[in-house]
Amino acid sequence: MQLFLESLFNGVAIGSVLLVAALGLAIVFGLMGVINLAHGELMMLGAYSTYITQLIFKQVSFLKPFYDSYVIVAIGIAFLVSGTVGILLERTVIRRLYGSPLETLLATWGVSLILQQFVRSVPLAYASGLVIALFFGLFSPLFISDDLLHGAKGKLIRASTWGFSALLGVATGGILSSLVSKLSRASARNVDVTAPSWMRGGIDFVGITFPKTRLLIILITLISVLIVIFFLDKTAWGIRIRAVTQNRPMSDCLGISTETVDIITFGIGSGLAGVAGVAVSLLGSVGPNVGGNYIVGCFMVVVLGGVGNLLGTILASFSIGIMTDLIGAGRLLTIWPEMPSPLYSTIDFFATTSMARVMIFALIVIFLQFRPTGMFPQKGRMVES
Amino acid sequence: MKLSKRIFAGLATASLAVTVTACGGSDSSGNFDDTVTVGILHSLSGTMAISESTLVDTEKMAIEEINAAGGVTVDGKSYKIEYIVEDGASDWPTFAEKSKKLIDQDGVPVVFGGWTSASRKAMLPVYESKDAFLYYPIQYEAQECSNNIFYTGATPNQQSEPATDFMYKRSPAAGGDFFLVGSDYVFPRTSNTITKAQVKQLGGKVVGEDYLPLGNTEVAPIISKIKVALPDGGIIVNTLNGDQNVAFFKQIQDAGITPSNGYYVMNYSIAEEEISTIGPEFLEGHYGAWNYMMSIDTPASKKFAKSFKKRWGSDRVVADPQESAYNMVYLWKQAVEDAGTFDDNAVREALVGQTFDAPQGPVEVMANHHLSQTVRIGEINSEGGFTILEETGVVEPQAWNQKHPSSKGFACDWTDPKKGEKYRM
Repeated sequence: MQLFLESLFNGVAIGSVLLVAALGLAIVFGLMGVINLAHGELMMLGAYSTYITQLIFKQVSFLKPFYDSYVIVAIGIAFLVSGTVGILLERTVIRRLYGSPLETLLATWGVSLILQQFVRSVPLAYASGLVIALFFGLFSPLFISDDLLHGAKGKLIRASTWGFSALLGVATGGILSSLVSKLSRASARNVDVTAPSWMRGGIDFVGITFPKTRLLIILITLISVLIVIFFLDKTAWGIRIRAVTQNRPMSDCLGISTETVDIITFGIGSGLAGVAGVAVSLLGSVGPNVGGNYIVGCFMVVVLGGVGNLLGTILASFSIGIMTDLIGAGRLLTIWPEMPSPLYSTIDFFATTSMARVMIFALIVIFLQFRPTGMFPQKGRMVES
Repeated sequence: MKLSKRIFAGLATASLAVTVTACGGSDSSGNFDDTVTVGILHSLSGTMAISESTLVDTEKMAIEEINAAGGVTVDGKSYKIEYIVEDGASDWPTFAEKSKKLIDQDGVPVVFGGWTSASRKAMLPVYESKDAFLYYPIQYEAQECSNNIFYTGATPNQQSEPATDFMYKRSPAAGGDFFLVGSDYVFPRTSNTITKAQVKQLGGKVVGEDYLPLGNTEVAPIISKIKVALPDGGIIVNTLNGDQNVAFFKQIQDAGITPSNGYYVMNYSIAEEEISTIGPEFLEGHYGAWNYMMSIDTPASKKFAKSFKKRWGSDRVVADPQESAYNMVYLWKQAVEDAGTFDDNAVREALVGQTFDAPQGPVEVMANHHLSQTVRIGEINSEGGFTILEETGVVEPQAWNQKHPSSKGFACDWTDPKKGEKYRM
């Protein structure tokens, strides 16, 4: 029983890291059909946001008493940062490439390289300044009444909001770099997020240690999934997104602004990548390549679950998680030590992290031979196909 | 006339520019009869840049020190050392390309370079085919002995063997079972093969081993395995690479695998530089084994640390790989002076038997092109350094490991033409 619980917990823990990372992709790739290879780098931006938030909470005197809760603030910030960069990416690159998946793949891969090099060679203080400038530049028109944005005066107002945002960005960059010296120099070094003390260590329960960071990641994943499901099922924009997914020209005819839907979908997907970045930063170190390590896993989860199906993504990530633990940790050997020796040695051979990965990939390939569209294929005819 | 004047001016500017570039970094002025240009080849970009750039800094510092002290004296003439730095870009074929460039185009008598075993393996054929000479400063898995490479890092019997001995006999977990964790590439696998053989000899038991694919940071299955294999604590030997250590130590602490619960980790890839990145709060109470540790309390060690901080900034630290890099520049200088020429073959002969008062203590170049050096076991303390617990005497290097089944009974000796790379003892 204890063994079962422990294995289940580990599987869920591994699965929830996969799930939180794949959730954004499930929306972007699953709903919009955009192959976004820069998804990992959007996660990386989320991880760096956590790092910067942590430093700010450590350095600024009036925030110090709240240091213990910086992770929660970081989740919000990471969502906004990755969401902003994602929207910029959608507006500048992806929008021009809808309907040409190969070009999208190459272009987003290029963007991922740019983003990696960007965090290596730009001081983080100025990088945050740039993101803040982009954030206000992109979103401030939403808060200005539409009448003011038309005509010659509108152009002037738009330009001045960008100017104001740029100033704000420069100011933020300057303040941050003078406040936190670690952020004022560019560095290719990996950095570290240290969990506040209440999140370190584990909880002992029925003889098993549950690491607190893992519990927190499971919680973050759970909340993100619930919010996404609620958003897609119950809100007006969620319903519009699903309508556009199912039939873009018809939705367009019925008066749904597909362009806005694209922006919102991509923004949310990217923002979720940022949230995943926070989770990942709690487990390991934060570096330019941190997101790249997850991207293959994310696509695997989405494809296995069935493109465009959230439930499939959830089930797929948990089954991969549980399989990783079952095979990689050699659980079967502990459960059934008297198994016939050829079987024993085979399972023992795969009971390492490297071989478990091979095994899981092989199993997924076999599974996809029988169910090419994943666990839960889209029902009915899609317009595109 | 006008035209030729212009050409002349252009040429003068060009040559001035060349001189300026070539002199870049060495700021000593003195009276030298001539200059000699050496090659430095490490990754300045890509994943390995973080580690390898510290070696470039150290090598530059050693060269500047030598120049400030009058340069290299060959045949009564004093030479100023200049250097060309090439970027291996963390890409192994690039290391081979740049080696060719340094040897053929720049005609350097020696190249200081490399970090990963993969980069060394890529460069080796270049140096052997051109009969040039590479100085390689990193602790590595050995099982190699080239006439054209000179290795100043530790071999396994100068790092992992004394460390295993310490863990099994004298650590707080003495007599406990071993669990081996490493990144999935050649160094951890070879090192662990040796450790397994040694633990068996000592009468201990290795209860598990696992390798994490490079780039993977999901260590949950490994933690489960450790807990099953070592339910009441024991010895963990860690050869993980780079940032995988961060994930490993963060997560084992959360899972209760800590010194206070009886789990002690011996690390072969964590030096002062890595401790400061991972955070001492995760590493305190675990162990490391190196030839050089910054906390060595001798004048030579303190001077080394002090001059490095003075040259590159007070927040910088020195660690074992840097010390090896520092030593090799000095050993090359001594060998050249003894040989009385920059010629490869003469220098190679003069090199064997050279001794140097290194920051770690005396080192000597042995006939197998490796260094005899001191091994130290340290406990990681809360300040991010090592508290040195044990020091062996000077240990001779084994290019062919005597515990590894494939190389037992073999040795390497380049001073005797009959013996060479690998002979049966």
